Amino acid sequence: MKLPRLKVKGGTSLWIGGGLVTLAIVVAIAAPLIARTDPVMDANLMNAEIPPGLDFPFGTDAQGRDIYSRIVYGARISLTVGVVSQVLNSLIGVTLGLTAGYWGGWWDDVVTGLTNLMLAIPSLIFALAIMAILGPGLLSLLVALGLTSWSYSCRIARAQVLSLKSQGYVQAARILGYGDLRIMFTQVLPNILGPLIVIATLGMGGAILSEAALSFLGLGIRPPFPSWGSMLSEARDQITTAPWLSVFPGLAIFFTVLGLNLLGDGLRDIFDPQSTTRRA
Amino acid sequence: MLVVLVRRLANIIPTLIAVVALVFLLFSVLPGSFISGMGEDGRTTIDPAVMERMRKEMGLDDPLHVRFAKYIAHTATGDLGISFRTREPVTALIGQRVWPSLKLVFAAMTFAILVGVTLGFLAALRPGSLVDTVSMVFAISGLSLSQFWFGLMLMYLFALKLNWLPSFGYGDGGFSHIVLPAIALGVGPMALLARTTRAAVLDVLNADFVRTARSKGMSERRVVAWHVLRNALVLVVTIVGLQFGSLMGAAVVVEKLFAWPGVGSLLVDSVFQRDMPAVQGCILMIVLFFLAINTLIDLAYVAIDPRIHYSR
Repeated sequence: MKLPRLKVKGGTSLWIGGGLVTLAIVVAIAAPLIARTDPVMDANLMNAEIPPGLDFPFGTDAQGRDIYSRIVYGARISLTVGVVSQVLNSLIGVTLGLTAGYWGGWWDDVVTGLTNLMLAIPSLIFALAIMAILGPGLLSLLVALGLTSWSYSCRIARAQVLSLKSQGYVQAARILGYGDLRIMFTQVLPNILGPLIVIATLGMGGAILSEAALSFLGLGIRPPFPSWGSMLSEARDQITTAPWLSVFPGLAIFFTVLGLNLLGDGLRDIFDPQSTTRRA
Repeated sequence: MLVVLVRRLANIIPTLIAVVALVFLLFSVLPGSFISGMGEDGRTTIDPAVMERMRKEMGLDDPLHVRFAKYIAHTATGDLGISFRTREPVTALIGQRVWPSLKLVFAAMTFAILVGVTLGFLAALRPGSLVDTVSMVFAISGLSLSQFWFGLMLMYLFALKLNWLPSFGYGDGGFSHIVLPAIALGVGPMALLARTTRAAVLDVLNADFVRTARSKGMSERRVVAWHVLRNALVLVVTIVGLQFGSLMGAAVVVEKLFAWPGVGSLLVDSVFQRDMPAVQGCILMIVLFFLAINTLIDLAYVAIDPRIHYSR
């Protein structure tokens, strides 16, 4: 039903982005099938620092581990971080935004204050502080990234409730005796699913980049586990002797995030055909 | 102008207090203090008696609300405490780092604005053309790059392979040392600015007043220079302001990569040494800077667009 528009705008973004994201998901799920070796255990010093070639398509690292296999498994970590952190952010943002807009009053002031506070602290700095407290690891990473960028979805949810509160069908639901929460989540939420999906898609790309940044600083996933960020962090010291160690994990991050960004753009064009202004 | 300034400052103060409180609570309520961290890493063992004395000295045994009150009172007078690690005042520690950080952040933003706005502008003037497509592919790629990876690649190519530029460090503070970190840091905002400028210029090009200007015979060059640029600027300025936040986040990583002696690398080092006064100080400094920039941006609106009065 929306196909004509899809062809006019955002078609290419959607397909290229969707393709890249699908590829990343397939790689992550099928990792044990397509990886050639175990990403952590299969170290062999005889094979240390072999440049990309026929035997090792992406080369090997200082411990002789196959970079290709490590990147394949790294997709699991990156996608987990992206999806889980965005689910958390959306849940927090939507719950706070809906309740603040619907109930108003002091609760609205509190939520608005919190949102402004979140916007005043650069999210990577906030995540870094949380990682500093919780210590490195996947779980802390999910918490740190899942708690620090809900302000966009919160704002959208709040604005939408405010404008829909007086609509006939919402009032009708109230007269029918629906509870507040039921109204918020069954009557209002469906109206903002589109923009929320767009925000979450773009946010996943951001979360993957943050994972890489935090792991690079030594605050994210610790070696030997193959996260793309921790691979880069290890590779940095060998940039002169073994540049391929840095090139391939970086490209993996780039194409995955590019895919998510293109997909987000494409979805935005479908959900919000009027928008010409890109993400601010 | 003055009214805007006062109003903004009045808004900033509660936010700052909230940030101070949040940072304080985060680091004091949650487990893992500096002292307990000293024994944990397994490399150092520490005499319990010494630990006890240090706790007393640093006031870590006071109840939370007492410490909080002390912290707020000290912070309000510009005293950010003494670094656990170097025993220097945190303000002095940060003071040495502010100028290099500012230089890097502004150099990156300058690069982003020059390249981003130019690309976006050229793209918008010929929508659908090759220039447009190339610029936008360039822009979406810039948004998807991990900035430190890009920095690492720049370092490899231009410093290690071609030997054109120094690979890391601050040097004597000259131009050659800042080029690579500034480009690595600026590429994200550059990409976003290219996209925003394109969208903003396209919007303005279709506006009624531009059609009027054209129909009364104004040359295309004047239409673009006089009406379009000026109006697109408002949106561009907004993005610049918002981007300073993520720029300062990313600066932490880029500073660390290029061994740049800024607030960001101080923050990371302090985190690893669990030097909490320094960590808190750095975070406050970064937030303060971000809020200050956004105040300046609000003032810039008034200067650019006479319709904005802030008379609400």
